Amino acid sequence: MRFIPNSSEDIREMLKTIGKSSINELFESIPAELRLDAPLDLPPPMSEIELRRWFRGVADRNLSGDKAVSFLGAGVYHHYQPACVDQLLLRGEFLTAYTPYQPEISQGTLQTIFEYQTHQSLLTGLEVANASLYDGSTAFVEAVLMTSRVRRNTSKVIVSRGVHPEYVETLRTYVQNLDIEVVMADLDDEGRTSLESIAAHLDEAVFAVAVQSPNFFGVVEDYDAVRQATEQQEGLIRIAVIAEASSLGILSPPGAHGFQIACGEGQAWGIAPQFGGPFVGFLVAADELKRHMPGRLVGETVDVDGRRAWVLTLASREQHIRRGKATSNICTNQALIALAANIYLSLMGKDGLREVAMQCLGKAAYLRRRLERIEGVEMPYSSPIYNEIFVRTSKNADSLMEAMEKRGILGGVPLARYFDEEKNGFLVAVTELHTRADLDRYADELEALVGGAE
Amino acid sequence: MARAEKSSVTQGLTRESLIFQHSRTGRRGYRLPEMDVEEANLDEILPAGLRRESIEGECEVSEVDVIRHFTRLSKLNVSIDGGLYPLGSCTMKHNPRINEEMARIPGLALTHPLQAERQVQGSLEILWTLEQSLREIFGLPKVTLQPVAGAHGELTGILMIHKALEKSGNPRKYILIPDSAHGTNPASAAFAGYDVRELKSNSRGTLDLDLLEKEVDEDVAALMITVPNTLGVFESGIREIADILHRKGAYLYCDGANLNSFVGIARPGEMGIDVIHSNLHKTFSTPHGGGGPGAGPVGVAESLIPYLPTPTVERRDDGTFWLDADRPESIGRMRAFYGNFGVLVRALAYIRTMGDSGLRRVAEIAVLNANYIRARLRDSYHLPYDAPSLHEVVFSDKWQSKHDVHTLDIAKRLMDFGFHPPTIYFPLIVSGALMIEPTETEPKEELDAFCDAMIAIAKECEENPELVKTAPHTTPVRRLDEARAARQPILSWQNPV
Repeated sequence: MRFIPNSSEDIREMLKTIGKSSINELFESIPAELRLDAPLDLPPPMSEIELRRWFRGVADRNLSGDKAVSFLGAGVYHHYQPACVDQLLLRGEFLTAYTPYQPEISQGTLQTIFEYQTHQSLLTGLEVANASLYDGSTAFVEAVLMTSRVRRNTSKVIVSRGVHPEYVETLRTYVQNLDIEVVMADLDDEGRTSLESIAAHLDEAVFAVAVQSPNFFGVVEDYDAVRQATEQQEGLIRIAVIAEASSLGILSPPGAHGFQIACGEGQAWGIAPQFGGPFVGFLVAADELKRHMPGRLVGETVDVDGRRAWVLTLASREQHIRRGKATSNICTNQALIALAANIYLSLMGKDGLREVAMQCLGKAAYLRRRLERIEGVEMPYSSPIYNEIFVRTSKNADSLMEAMEKRGILGGVPLARYFDEEKNGFLVAVTELHTRADLDRYADELEALVGGAE
Repeated sequence: MARAEKSSVTQGLTRESLIFQHSRTGRRGYRLPEMDVEEANLDEILPAGLRRESIEGECEVSEVDVIRHFTRLSKLNVSIDGGLYPLGSCTMKHNPRINEEMARIPGLALTHPLQAERQVQGSLEILWTLEQSLREIFGLPKVTLQPVAGAHGELTGILMIHKALEKSGNPRKYILIPDSAHGTNPASAAFAGYDVRELKSNSRGTLDLDLLEKEVDEDVAALMITVPNTLGVFESGIREIADILHRKGAYLYCDGANLNSFVGIARPGEMGIDVIHSNLHKTFSTPHGGGGPGAGPVGVAESLIPYLPTPTVERRDDGTFWLDADRPESIGRMRAFYGNFGVLVRALAYIRTMGDSGLRRVAEIAVLNANYIRARLRDSYHLPYDAPSLHEVVFSDKWQSKHDVHTLDIAKRLMDFGFHPPTIYFPLIVSGALMIEPTETEPKEELDAFCDAMIAIAKECEENPELVKTAPHTTPVRRLDEARAARQPILSWQNPV
C-alpha cells in the first residue's frame, strides 16, 4: 500500500484516540446488509513494474501517430508540442492543486488563468474570455445556451452544416428538453455556409447564428458575408466556432467582423490528441455579454496592502451560489490544459503562432496542388482552405485508408462516418509537422491507389 | 507558532509579472523547421480580407523567460504535493506519478479519436477494462465513460432519467434535492429541463423519510442524493429511500462525489441506486490540476441501459473491441469523441495498482483519518451534527464566533501554519462550516500537526482574535478585495501604451 502511509502501529494509536477497537466499527452507520463480506472481484494489486508492462503491452496494440505519418484532423490535430510545455505541467504545484478558491495561496493558478484569458482575447479579437470549458463541443453548446439566455423571447438557433457534426450532436443532446430549436443552414457549392439558406431561416425567433471557420470541410468562411446576411435581424448574436485553433494565427479574428462570441477547441495549442481528451474548450465574448458567461472567470484586484493580485470573480453566475438558476452547471473545468495552452501560446508568441499557421496553410496548399494533378481525385470545394482538404475519389474511402495504412500512412478521416452519401469522401489534414517528403509520398501513394486496379 | 514561522509557502516570492510584461520585441521561444515547399502566392490561397497581418499584443519571449516565469508562478501555489490539503468533498489525495507516466506512453497519447477501430484496439481495451472495473465497484450492469466531469455526469444521468420517463409516457416535472446537496445538483437538473424542489435535512443531517414519502408524487422524476452526504454522514435509510421512489415510479440518482468513503465496503447497486456518477479525480486519484480536467463516468441500472450516451464500448466474442453508435433510444452524445481518455488511463492505472484489496483499504483509512481528526478537534470546535462521520467531518465556528472570529478567519490563519484550509463555503445548512477531509494518504504525524495548528488557532481566537482576523500574514498576497474585482471587472491584460 505505497500510497497509504500509516502503519498498523499508527492505526492502533489512532483507534485508541477515537475510542474504537477496530476500523470496522467506524462503518457501523452503513447497514450491515449493505456491507460487502468479500473483496471486489478485481485483479490483485500491481507493482509499478507490472503496471508498466501491462500498459505498454496494451498501447502496442494501437497504431499511434508516432508509428505512422498521420493526416488525421476533423477536429483533432497532430501539432508540435514543445518539450517545456509538458515539463512545466508536471510541476506538482500546478498538477496537484485544486480550484483556486483560496486566492492567497493560489496566485500561481489564478495568474496563469488570467494570462490564458488574455491570450484568448488577443487571438479572437473579443474582450472577455472564460477560464476554460471542457472541450470544443461543449464550449459550442455553452455558447448557444448563453445566447439563448441573453435573448429570452427567442427560441431558434441557425447552425451551419459546416459546424463539426459531433458538436451539433452534442448540442442536440443538451437542448432535447429545452425550448430551443436547432435549424441547419446548408453549404453552398463552394463549401461555404449558404447565405440564402441562412436568409431562409431568419426570422424574429432566431437568437443566434453559428458558423465554423475553417469549417468541417476545411473551408475558410467569410465572416463579413455572414454578418451582412444577418445584420437585418436586430439583436441576433453571431457565434464563430473554431475547431482548429492554430488557424487563429493567420485567419482574421471573428471579433473584427461583428461576431460577438468565439468558441472552440484549444487542442492545437500544445495538447496531444490522446484519443480525444482531455482537451480545452474556449469561449470568448464581447464585453456586454460578460455577466451571461458560464463557468469561471479570473479578475484583477488588490490585496489589503495594495499589491496587485488575482481572484475568481463574478461568481454570482455560478452553480455554487445560484444553484438551479446558475448560468451553467460547470464546476470542474480544464485548468491544467488551459495552463498547457497558456505555456504554448506564450512560447510561440506573436510570430511563432503566425509561423505555425503559415506553415499549415502553405503545406496544405502544396498538397492541394499536388492532388489536383491526380486523375480520379476530386476536391469538391475550390474556396480558400486553411489546413484541411475535402477529397473525393473513385474508390471507397474506408478501403482506401486501409490500403494507405499498409503503407504506413494514416490517410484521412472517411466522411461516411458522418454522411451516408459520402462513401468516397474523406478529410486530409496537414500541419507544421509534415515535411515535403511526407506530402509527396502521400500524393504518390494516393495516385498509385486511385489509379491502380483493385 | 513554530510551524507558522518555518512554513512560508513562497520562498520569499510575492509576485511575478505577467508573461506579457516579460515581452521584448524580437525574442523567440521556438524554432520551426524551414518551410520546405514552394511558397504559394498568399493572396491567391488566402485573400487579404480573410487573414490578419499580425497578432497585436501577443508576447515575444524566449524559452528561458517561459521556464522561469512559470516556475516562479508555481511557487505561488499550495498543492497536495506540499502537504495536507483537507478540502472537504474535494478529496485531495496523493497523485501517484506512475499514472502520469502511463498516460504519456506515445502509443496512448498519440492516438487520434477518429482512427479506424482496428488501429486503436489498445485504447478501446483500456476503456473496456476500466468500465468493467467500475461496474464491479458500482455493482451496476453498465457504465458510460463519456462524461468529463462530475457535473457533466449529473447532466448525463438526469437526461437518461428524462428519456426513460418520457418513453413510459410522462417525463414528469420535478427533481427532489436535499438542502445539503452540491450546487451542481440543482444546476444540472435545471439544465436538463427540470424544476428543483428542495428537501430539508433532519436534525441528524440526513433525509427525513416521512418528508420524502409526502414529497414524492407522480410529478417527481427523481431524487438526487449524495451518499454519504456533504456532512460525511451515511444515509442509513438509503434502501427505504429507493423503495419510496421506486413505488412512485421515480428514480434514485446518487451523486458519487464521496464514493471514496465506501469503495470496496458497499456498492451503490445494492442500495437501490439507479444512476451514479463517480468523480474519478477524487476517488481514483487523478490530479485536480488547479481545477481540472476531471472525468465523471456514470453507472446505471438495467432499466436505463438503452438511454446511455453514444457510443458505448463493446467487446466481441473474439476479444476485439468496437464502438456502438447504433443505439436508437440513446440520449445522444454528451461530448465530441470519447471523453477524457487521458484521465481515464490515470484512473485505471490507480485501480490496477490498488487492486482488489487496496481499494477497500482506501475507504478504511480515509474514514479512520477523518475520525481521528474529529476526535482530536471536538473539544476545540463545535460539532453541529453528532452523527457518525465517514471520510469527512464538519465543524462550525459557533464557539469562535463569540469572539467575533469566523470560519473565513480561521481558514486564512491556517495558511500561516502551512496548511490549505478546509472547505468553508459548504454545506449551506451549517452556518460557519469547516468541512475537513484528510483522505487516506496522510500519515498520522501530518494529521497531528494539522490538529495542533487548529487547536492553537482556537486558542488564538480567545486570546488574540485580531491576529486571526487579519490573517494570513505569511502568504504571497494577503486578503484580497474581492468586491472590487466583481464591481470593476478587469478580465484581461491591456498593454498601457
